[in-house]
Amino acid sequence: MSVTVFQRARIVDPSRGLDEVGTVIVNGKKIVAAGAAALNQGAPEGAAIIDCAGKAIIPGLVDGRVFIGEPGGEHRETIASASVAAAAGGVTSVIMMPDTDPVIDNVALVEFVLRTARDTASVNVFPAAAITKGLEGREMTEFGLLREAGAVAFTDGRHTISNALTMRRALTYARDFGATIVHETQDKDLAGSGVMNEGLYASWLGLSGIPREAEAIPLERDLMLARLTRGNYHAAKISTAMSANAIARAKADGAKVTAGVSINHLSLNENDVGEYRTFFRLSPPLRTEDDRLAMIEALRDGTIDIVVSSHDPQDVDTKRLPFADAADGAIGLETLLGAALRLYHNEYLSLLRVIEVLSTAPAKLFGLPGGTLKPGAAADLVLVDLEEPWIVREDAIRSRSKNTCFEGARLQGRVLQTMVSGRTVFAG
Amino acid sequence: MTEASSLPLYPHRHLLGIRDLSPVDIELLLDRADAAVAISRRHEKKTSTLRGRTQINLFYEASTRTQSSFELAGKRLGADVMNMSVASSSVKKGETLIDTAMTLNAMRPDILIIRHASAGAAALLAQKVGCSVVNAGDGAHEHPTQALLDALTIRRAKGNLSRLTVAICGDILHSRVARSNILLLNALGARVRVVAPSTLLPSGIAQMGVEVCATMAEGLKDADVVMMLRLQRERMEGAFVPSVREYFRYFGLDAEKLKAAKPDALVMHPGPMNRGVEIASEIADGPQSVIQEQVEMGVAVRMAVMEALLDPRRNREGVSA
Repeated sequence: MSVTVFQRARIVDPSRGLDEVGTVIVNGKKIVAAGAAALNQGAPEGAAIIDCAGKAIIPGLVDGRVFIGEPGGEHRETIASASVAAAAGGVTSVIMMPDTDPVIDNVALVEFVLRTARDTASVNVFPAAAITKGLEGREMTEFGLLREAGAVAFTDGRHTISNALTMRRALTYARDFGATIVHETQDKDLAGSGVMNEGLYASWLGLSGIPREAEAIPLERDLMLARLTRGNYHAAKISTAMSANAIARAKADGAKVTAGVSINHLSLNENDVGEYRTFFRLSPPLRTEDDRLAMIEALRDGTIDIVVSSHDPQDVDTKRLPFADAADGAIGLETLLGAALRLYHNEYLSLLRVIEVLSTAPAKLFGLPGGTLKPGAAADLVLVDLEEPWIVREDAIRSRSKNTCFEGARLQGRVLQTMVSGRTVFAG
Repeated sequence: MTEASSLPLYPHRHLLGIRDLSPVDIELLLDRADAAVAISRRHEKKTSTLRGRTQINLFYEASTRTQSSFELAGKRLGADVMNMSVASSSVKKGETLIDTAMTLNAMRPDILIIRHASAGAAALLAQKVGCSVVNAGDGAHEHPTQALLDALTIRRAKGNLSRLTVAICGDILHSRVARSNILLLNALGARVRVVAPSTLLPSGIAQMGVEVCATMAEGLKDADVVMMLRLQRERMEGAFVPSVREYFRYFGLDAEKLKAAKPDALVMHPGPMNRGVEIASEIADGPQSVIQEQVEMGVAVRMAVMEALLDPRRNREGVSA
C-alpha cells in the first residue's frame, strides 16, 4: 500500500469544524490521519512526502447537479470527459442528472451509468434517477428498485412537475425508501416564452421575461406538500429572495426541506447577459444584483444548504443562435471552486462555510461518502493554493463543451492536486 | 448626392439600434435624409453614390413595405440590390441565420439589411460578417430606420422635435417600433407618453423615459403627435385583450379621442394598419394623418443611412470599413 504524507497544510474539514495547520496521511485508499496532531507523526519508509506549506487540503467537492450528455449527447459531454473536468476542478463526486437520451428512469440505465463510470471515469459518479418516466411528469418511476441499483436521488432534472397530485404521491412514496425528491421549479405557463429575468433590462432588449413568481409559485406548492407528506424535499436551484424566504419559512415549520443554489447565481446577475450573450442564458435566469446578494445571505444564514455547479454542456448548435432561440445552461465543474472562493476572499463567508456547502453538506444531504477528512474516510481530497490567481481561458477548458460564463474571469484559488480514494486523478 | 461629401463622416459601421446613436448622429442622418427626399422628388431619381456596391436584403419575416423601401433606396443610390428569399420553415431559424450569414459574407456584399423575428439577430449577424449591417427589425428589440423616418416626418412638419409631446399608443410590449422611438424621441428632447392596456406594457416601462397613461384621453391631451402601433390580431382574441371590439372602444383612435390632442397634431402609423382596430378609417385618411408621408420618408431615411454607412471617405481615411 502506498502512503502519501501532505505536510504542514492548512487543513479545512467542515465535518469536524477543523481549520488548522497539520499533516494529512493517506494510506492506500483511506485517510489515516488529518490534523495538527499528525504534524510530528513519522512517515513510514517509502512514503511520498509533499510539503504543503501555504497550501490547503480540503475534502473533495461533491457536486449535486451535473448534466452529462451520455447517453445520447456524447458530442456535448461524456461521463469520461465530465470526470476529467471534475477532477481538474477539485470535484471528486458528481451527481448526474437523468436528462439523458434515453432518460435515466429505469434500472438498466442506472446500471449503465455506474458501469460506464467504473470503466471510464476518474471521479465518483452517482446517478440521480427521474421522478417520472421519461421526465413526462405523469407516472412514477420504481423508486425502490432504482435506489437499490444505486440512484442516490430522484429528480426530473430540468423539468418541473406541474401536477400537484403527482408531486404529492412522489414525496409520499419516496419517504418509504428514505429517498429525497430534488426539484427545479418553474411554472411553464407563467414563464411562457420568457428567456431572461423579467424587468427593465429584458424589456429594453426586447426579450420576454420570466418573473420571480414563476419559480416561487410551484416552490410554495412543493413546500406545502412537503409539510403535508413529511417527505424529504430538496429545492434544486433557487434564484430569488422570494424563494429563499419560502424555504426559510418551511424550515422553521420543521418540514424536511433543503435548498441549493448554482454558483452562477452567486456570481453573476442579469446585466452579464450584455448584448444577447447566450452563454449567460440559464435556467433559472440570472436575476438582479439584489437577488444575487440575497442568495449569498441565504447561504450564510443556512437557509441554502448547498452550492452546485449546475454543469450543463451545450455546443455551438444550441448556443450560437439568437438569444431567444438558444438553449439554457453553462458548464461549471472547472470553475466551481475558484468562483466559490470569491465568497471567501471577499469576506462574505468563512472558508469553512464555503467548503461545507461545496462538499460536506451535499455529501450528507445525499447520503454519499466523502465530504470529510476524518481518519478512516476514503481519501477524496484536494490540495489547493487558495491565493493563486488565474484567468479562465476557453482553450484550457477540459470539458467537451466550452459554454462557460467565466471566460476571461480572474479567479483566486487553484487546484494543485485531486485525489479520489487515494489515487491522484489530477495534478496541475 | 454632391452635398454629401461636405457632411461630417458618420462614425458607425452598422445601424443596429437607436441606442448606439448620439443626438448628433441622429441629426446628421436626418439632414442627409432631407437631401434624399429632394432626389426622390426629381424626375431623374437615380444617383451613382453607391454604384458598384452590393446590397443584400435578408428578410426572415415577410414585410413588403420595409423590404421594398430598402430596395428602392438602394436602387436610387445606384447599388446592386439582391433580395434573399429565406425559407422560414423546417430548418431551425438560428442555424439558417449563421449559415446564411457566412454564405452571404463570402459573396462580399457591402451592406446587409436584416429583418428577423428574434431580438439580437442583427447584432449576431454583424459579428459574423465583414460588411455593414442594418437592422430592419429584430424581434421586439429595435427598428431604427422606422424611428428615424418617424422623426424625419415630425421634423419636417414641426421644425424641431424638442419639447414636443408625443403619445405612442397600443402594443408597446411587443413593439420594436415603440422601443426605437422612445430612445430617439428622448435623445432629441421630446416628451414621450405611452398609452396601452397594462397587459401590453413591458415590465419596467416607467423607467424607460416615458409617462405611462391608462386612457387615451389622458395620453392624447395636448399632444403634438399621436403614434399608433399595429396590434396583431391573435393578441386581441383573449390573450392580451379580450376582443377587438373592446380594444377599439378604449384604445382605437377615432375622431372623438383625437379631439384631446392639439388641433394640428400629427397622426402617424408605421403600417400596415388594421383599420377599425387601432385606427378608424376617417382618421387614417383624414387631414391630420401623415401616414403616406411616413412611407415617402422611409425611402429617404434608408438612402441616408446606407450612404452614411458606406461613405467612401471611410476607406480613404483608414477608418475600418
